[in-house]
Amino acid sequence: MSKHILIDENGIRTDNRRVDELRPIKIEVGMLANANGSVYFEQGKCRILAAVYGPHEAHPRHLALPDRAILRCRYHMAPFSVTERKNPAPSRREIELSKVIREALEPLVMCELFPRTMIDVFIEILQADGGTRCAGLTAASLALADAGIPLRGLVSACAAGKVDGKIVLDLNDTEDKEGEADVPVAFIPQLNVFSLLQMDGLMTVDEYKGALSLALEGCRKLYDMQIEALKKKYLETKVEENNQ
Amino acid sequence: MSKFVEDRQIVVPGEVLAEGEYRLGENVYRNGNRILSTMVGLTRIDGDKLSVIALHGFYMPMNDDIVIGIIDDVGLTHWMVDINAPYPGILRASETFGRGFDPTRHDLLDELKIGDVVIAKVFSFDRTQDPVLTLKENGLGKIKDGVVVSLTPSKIPRLIGKKGSMLNIIQQKTGCQIIVGQNGRVLARCGDKTMEDLAIKIIKVIEREAHTSGLTNRVSRLLESEIEQREVGKR
Amino acid sequence: MSTTPQRSIISKILQEDIKKLANEGERVDGRAFDDYRKIKITTGFVEKAEGSALVELGSTRVLAGVKVETGFPFPDTPDEGVLSVTAELLPLASETFEPGPPNENAIALARFVDRGIRESKSIDMKQFCLEPGKRVYMIMIDVCVLDHGGDLIDASALAALAALSTTKYPVYNMVDGQAVKTAELKPMLLREYPIATTFAILDDKLLLDPSIQEERATGTFISFISLEDERICAVQKNGLVTITESMLFEAIRISGEKSKELRRLLFPRGDVGGQG
Repeated sequence: MSKHILIDENGIRTDNRRVDELRPIKIEVGMLANANGSVYFEQGKCRILAAVYGPHEAHPRHLALPDRAILRCRYHMAPFSVTERKNPAPSRREIELSKVIREALEPLVMCELFPRTMIDVFIEILQADGGTRCAGLTAASLALADAGIPLRGLVSACAAGKVDGKIVLDLNDTEDKEGEADVPVAFIPQLNVFSLLQMDGLMTVDEYKGALSLALEGCRKLYDMQIEALKKKYLETKVEENNQ
Repeated sequence: MSKFVEDRQIVVPGEVLAEGEYRLGENVYRNGNRILSTMVGLTRIDGDKLSVIALHGFYMPMNDDIVIGIIDDVGLTHWMVDINAPYPGILRASETFGRGFDPTRHDLLDELKIGDVVIAKVFSFDRTQDPVLTLKENGLGKIKDGVVVSLTPSKIPRLIGKKGSMLNIIQQKTGCQIIVGQNGRVLARCGDKTMEDLAIKIIKVIEREAHTSGLTNRVSRLLESEIEQREVGKR
Repeated sequence: MSTTPQRSIISKILQEDIKKLANEGERVDGRAFDDYRKIKITTGFVEKAEGSALVELGSTRVLAGVKVETGFPFPDTPDEGVLSVTAELLPLASETFEPGPPNENAIALARFVDRGIRESKSIDMKQFCLEPGKRVYMIMIDVCVLDHGGDLIDASALAALAALSTTKYPVYNMVDGQAVKTAELKPMLLREYPIATTFAILDDKLLLDPSIQEERATGTFISFISLEDERICAVQKNGLVTITESMLFEAIRISGEKSKELRRLLFPRGDVGGQG
């Protein structure tokens, strides 16, 4: 049983959302000067920076593969990103999430075009409020596109879960900590496949299927926003006027 | 066969361009019956050939490309060259020392040092080996003067223009010699600093607006008005 | 253990260009030798932190966060709070930054920013004692470099100061030997506002707020942290090149003036004498 009421009698959640609503999203593409591709991503109170470098020579050299590029992915939380300061050294959770995010990105990238090279994906969580692995992955996919790395499509990720007995979309931090289950999911529409699939908590099979389907809806909404964000960056160029 | 996009439309990775038996140009791939973009870019439809011109990409070496490189490592028999690509360029000692190169007598550092800038040609590249560069052609070799500007490699064709039209306008109006590296580096050799600054400014404008139309005329007018302003300033 | 670093790639042409311009009294981006690039400071960027600030200095971007919690005091200062400063050169900030534990540059950066705050006695650490020898406040400043466009020291010190000066921390009370968080928030009071100014040393010239290209052209820097009354609380030379006494004194003079400009960005109404 949760400590607070997470969904009231009108079906309204702690942050005034309905059960099937995404948190407000803000996406900015290409704002870092050094990175080859970069994205600043806000989802509710989550603030995330994703950056891509590459393809470049693999270092150390012995990690290179002869027939494809390798992906190196780092998911990391800033010490001030959570309520209780987090030691900057990588935790076991960050190491696991780095792996899971990398594996979710692999099917997307046409690695066979760049043998013996390395592509770096860095995700930095500046402020966390639940659902950072999904938001980080969604941002990383955009950063790869911004870097001009050939992709089969885009990956969008969203979590659903069980809170106060109901299936809800896009859990915030309180719902994640006090709810009954969390189901993060990533989907690549072009390949019609899940590339990230995790779950923790306790649910019946039907509840799980319900959460999966709701998460997929969230992914679809995010996918539209990703496309808009990529196109927006180029439609906004102003023409330099002559000073008459 | 059905097309879902127009010519010169902005598309993103995974966006479906068409279905059916089209020919594949650059930055597109086939998934079953559909043809999709692999990049953020502008579509180009050439009869039944579909391509996407990438708006923001990196340089992949191709044979015969002219590139501007920076020496970043020196060995006994070759230099490693940063050519702004996923792979380093290899410049063999015989390129400057000739056939009589002898590692026990010749020191590579006598010819090219770390940090030196060269104009080279990609002699051979296939993805299993790093690209081999050559200096053995007119106009190739170490660069001693001028300024090197970087821009996104995919915008280089726009800088050159149809049959070199854009490049000619810049060279004529500024009096600068502009050498364009396919790898996104451009060398400008100008008589005076004012023209050098102007050339750099114009190159940056072209990079920013490469995807818009009427660019050649705008650049021409901008050059004229900037030169006029600077003339007035001088008087 | 410290090893001579790899050279960063800069073409000879650019390096010579920077030197030639410097001899003519100019810089590549048209600035005067003692001009800062455009600066933008956004405080409160991370709501969950007790204080935070994003500094944009030219193309350099640094985010600092302040967390205030409780913990054990150091044995030699049982009645004082604990201050710590860490810095991370995030791999997303530059292709030269590798993932991994902080290297000598990150640690030197953090310790320098720390000295500015600590040596100036900017914070009265005695106010942060809950129970001597048992429990004190921990003031933890974390600086994250997001984009390396040159002059990380000045941007980091400014971000740390801006974050501290807007910090509101929860008040803790000791109840039965435990520190209990109350709902009350108190603003962090600073007695001094230390500002860092960094110069690149190029032959006999001093370039204030070096851009990344200028950094790569010289590799040697001198930094000062000074207060409003021009007292100095920290000095550091970084890099392989050496500096003459006259250049040093010139740098000190300029930094006294220029640090006031930066301080005014944080406190436009001029109440920079401290609140404590």
